[in-house]
Amino acid sequence: MRDDLFELLWEGLLETLYMVAWSSLFALLIGTVLGIILVVTEKGGIIESPVLHKVIGTLINSVRSIPFIILIVLLLPLSRLIIGTTLGPTAAIVSLSIGAAPFLGRIIENSLKEVSAGKIEAAKSVGAPPFMIILQVLIPEALPALVRGMTIAVIAITEFTAVAGAIGAGGLGSLAIRFGYQRFREDILIATVLVIILLIQIIQWSGDWISKSLYNKRFK
Amino acid sequence: MIRIEHVSKSYRTPKSTVNVLDDIQLNIAKGDIFGIIGFSGAGKSTLIRCLNRLEEPDTGTIEINGRIITGLKDKELRAAREKIGMIFQEFNLFDSMTVFQNVAFPLKVAGHPKAFIHHRVHEMLELVNLGDKAKLHPSQLSGGQKQRVGIARALVNQPDVLLSDEATSALDPQTTYSILELLREINRKLNLTIVLITHELDVLQHICRNMAVLEAGRIVETGTVDKFFMNPESDTARRFVHIIEHYRDKRVVMEGMGAGI
Repeated sequence: MRDDLFELLWEGLLETLYMVAWSSLFALLIGTVLGIILVVTEKGGIIESPVLHKVIGTLINSVRSIPFIILIVLLLPLSRLIIGTTLGPTAAIVSLSIGAAPFLGRIIENSLKEVSAGKIEAAKSVGAPPFMIILQVLIPEALPALVRGMTIAVIAITEFTAVAGAIGAGGLGSLAIRFGYQRFREDILIATVLVIILLIQIIQWSGDWISKSLYNKRFK
Repeated sequence: MIRIEHVSKSYRTPKSTVNVLDDIQLNIAKGDIFGIIGFSGAGKSTLIRCLNRLEEPDTGTIEINGRIITGLKDKELRAAREKIGMIFQEFNLFDSMTVFQNVAFPLKVAGHPKAFIHHRVHEMLELVNLGDKAKLHPSQLSGGQKQRVGIARALVNQPDVLLSDEATSALDPQTTYSILELLREINRKLNLTIVLITHELDVLQHICRNMAVLEAGRIVETGTVDKFFMNPESDTARRFVHIIEHYRDKRVVMEGMGAGI
């Protein structure tokens, strides 16, 4: 072990957290919109629209079928356009957000589908307009499931950041590859893996805790 | 009050067409408690859900309180629905909301001010005997209490009609009676028209005045409930009445044997 270990780890951790936080936020925003559109436009949905449903579904499937490392390469020009560079954590947020959004869209779709059709009908039967049903019934009723789904997604995004690290994104993934693998620093490799394991545990625990307290509030 | 004319609906599957509702004609008077009875699959649920257009009829006209429901555009339909309350077999309460918020929801939809909502919701909760449960979540209530919340939610906007879609079918007999009593009381107090569908003769016998028998999407008999039991005309009505007579005879025999049911 050498004395630069902690400094490198700390720097890597901060970069990873920075990428995970922003990518999760953007992916969540895009994914929520995609998930809601999928649910409300399906057959028998609140705003039935088979064409839009099909278009969004196909779009999601297409992006999801591209392996993430290739997707990053494909999105490099976009990163350059928005951020001005293709290197570093900020540039990676662009590809991470776009890469994770369709995955989140599917997760949010599944969570929203857990809300029984009967509840939606009850809201319709009192004359509630579609947007009110979405915001005040559909999302709140699905919230515990949504939080569980988002936890899975944030963990997936954390894994993605490590992959993005392989092509210059920075963070713990890049640390493990640049120092641990290419410079034979076994101490860094092992320490990085331990930090990532701990990080994932904390994310999972937090998600479980939030979901559980939401659930307990409703079902005492 | 409610006029249903030539209402038909069919579902098309790739292989065949099923007529769920076949040229339904029905008139229901203001203040009536009208029961629609039929065996499973007769089309009862589809019929009652056509009244507030949770299902769309293919053809025909439905008029409620002078308003042609079948011709309404989205926005007008939503306004009309505020005046057509509905209760459900599975209650369909919102778990994310308290009892108070569940009952307040239709008032929020209608855009009433907060103070009015507060006053009106408490008034409704008193009416259904749940004055002390406002802050609880639906999961903390019994089945009967849940349906009382459902009734309060359905009536909070002072509708002209209450539609009951098998509202007591998930409840035990004792709770069923207390809910039926509540509906009868509300009908009397507010002169509210109630349309209910059921497959339970008890429900019909207990609170309905007039009724219709539905069989394979067609109305095979209409009239007073008394006539249905005294002098059933259609085969379906006879089958229903036969079932309870069968049990009534059995009970007489068993009581005679000292079974004491």
